[in-house]
Amino acid sequence: MTVAAGRDDSHIVIPLSGRAALRPAGRLPYVAGVTPTTDTAPDAALATQARIDAEIAGIREEYDAAGREETRPRLDYAPYRSSLLRHPTKDLHHADPEGVELVAPVFGHRDVGPAEADLTIQHGGDPVGERMVVTGRVLDADGRPVRHQLVEVWQANAAGRYIHQRDQHPAPVDPHFTGVGRCLTDADGTYRFTTIKPGPYPWKNHRNAWRPAHIHFSLFGTEFTQRMITQMYFPGDPLFALDPIYQAIVDPRARERLVAAYDHEVTQHEWATGYRWDIVLTGTHRTPMEAEQ
Amino acid sequence: MSDPTTPLVATPGQTIGPFFGYALPVAGGELLVPASHPGAVRLRGTVYDGHGDPVPDALLEIWQADAEGRASTAEGSLRRDPFEFTGFGRTPVDPAGRYTFTTVVPGATTPGRAPFVAMTVFARGLLDRLLTRVYLPLDEDALAADPFLAGVPEDRRHTLVATRDEHGFVFDVRLQGEDETVFLGHGSPA
Repeated sequence: MTVAAGRDDSHIVIPLSGRAALRPAGRLPYVAGVTPTTDTAPDAALATQARIDAEIAGIREEYDAAGREETRPRLDYAPYRSSLLRHPTKDLHHADPEGVELVAPVFGHRDVGPAEADLTIQHGGDPVGERMVVTGRVLDADGRPVRHQLVEVWQANAAGRYIHQRDQHPAPVDPHFTGVGRCLTDADGTYRFTTIKPGPYPWKNHRNAWRPAHIHFSLFGTEFTQRMITQMYFPGDPLFALDPIYQAIVDPRARERLVAAYDHEVTQHEWATGYRWDIVLTGTHRTPMEAEQ
Repeated sequence: MSDPTTPLVATPGQTIGPFFGYALPVAGGELLVPASHPGAVRLRGTVYDGHGDPVPDALLEIWQADAEGRASTAEGSLRRDPFEFTGFGRTPVDPAGRYTFTTVVPGATTPGRAPFVAMTVFARGLLDRLLTRVYLPLDEDALAADPFLAGVPEDRRHTLVATRDEHGFVFDVRLQGEDETVFLGHGSPA
């Protein structure tokens, strides 16, 4: 796979994103019936880590006191500043899935070549960093494997730098690594990538903000309502407690579902370390009879 | 997993972040059919934040039936054969938050239900994906009779129905604010 053919994102200009620029200071979320005002406090964009920590702790205390288990990220999570104007303020409207929502797009070997699962062989040389294998199964809520379905990943290189043109972190680009991979799950729902362990990197959510090392995962199920994108993390990362994106999943057990396990059975002799991470999609709406067909 | 009566808890989502540009967009991802297709229509719009400003770093996906109401089982959404309809489209928005899909009007899939295009919204700053439906303003009777739309509060129903202009259909996505799009939760099977 090459990045150039069909993957060129030169037409995608993403101003004011991520690390490339600060969120404009003091932009407050919409509140029904309240005219948005401008918060000119200079620390709106330059909060300290201590301030972010305090906000995270406050939300956590409210959550603990409420005693109601959450399994998904909050959409409205102020410590992640970019969420302020981008979270819906109204509850999701319940809809019984119908029509195309009860099936999913089909991907196959026409879409994904076998070499795309190895992010270390795509660019004419060995990338720098810790070579590793990441594998696991994609399951639905009933434990059934999601078979022959697309899994896409993207990540920073070993130095914490993305190939993306808007990533301005002054860490080296690796000419042998773009950090993009794809595969299809097998008949058992198993995916498997060979890659390089990504580095942590700074971003501009607040002063001295750092993301824990992670790999982005994009997943499809057997029904379109199962579509999801998430991030896989590595065990024991010291940045977990400080990261408002990870902490937006307020329940600690739910957060830990995003952390891969080191698995020596996956590690390859004199070649690569190994991590295992299973992914569970939401439930399907088919009856058990239909699902067995 | 050994107890089949206890569902597994779903893995939580996370934001798509800002750096998906090399990974997810594909050539022709916005073309479910070529513009030269006799039934081709344009479905376009803008993604807005809670201040009404365009969101320049969103990614949208659509999934729909063909003109006869059939869901495709053809592969090839990432490497397209323009003669084969897969029903799936993916496009990043442009710097002004705008997107355009070229597709066909979906046929009815379910008796008594108005056809729609399923849409998924991802963006930096959006901590989990959002799902919605795009209904097309073609058969007012079918829209009026649709039981799902009837259950959406009347003052918000219009956010799920595209408008029409001389270039095709327009469906804006408002993540927050006065005309916030109705986003869907599908819950668990009863």
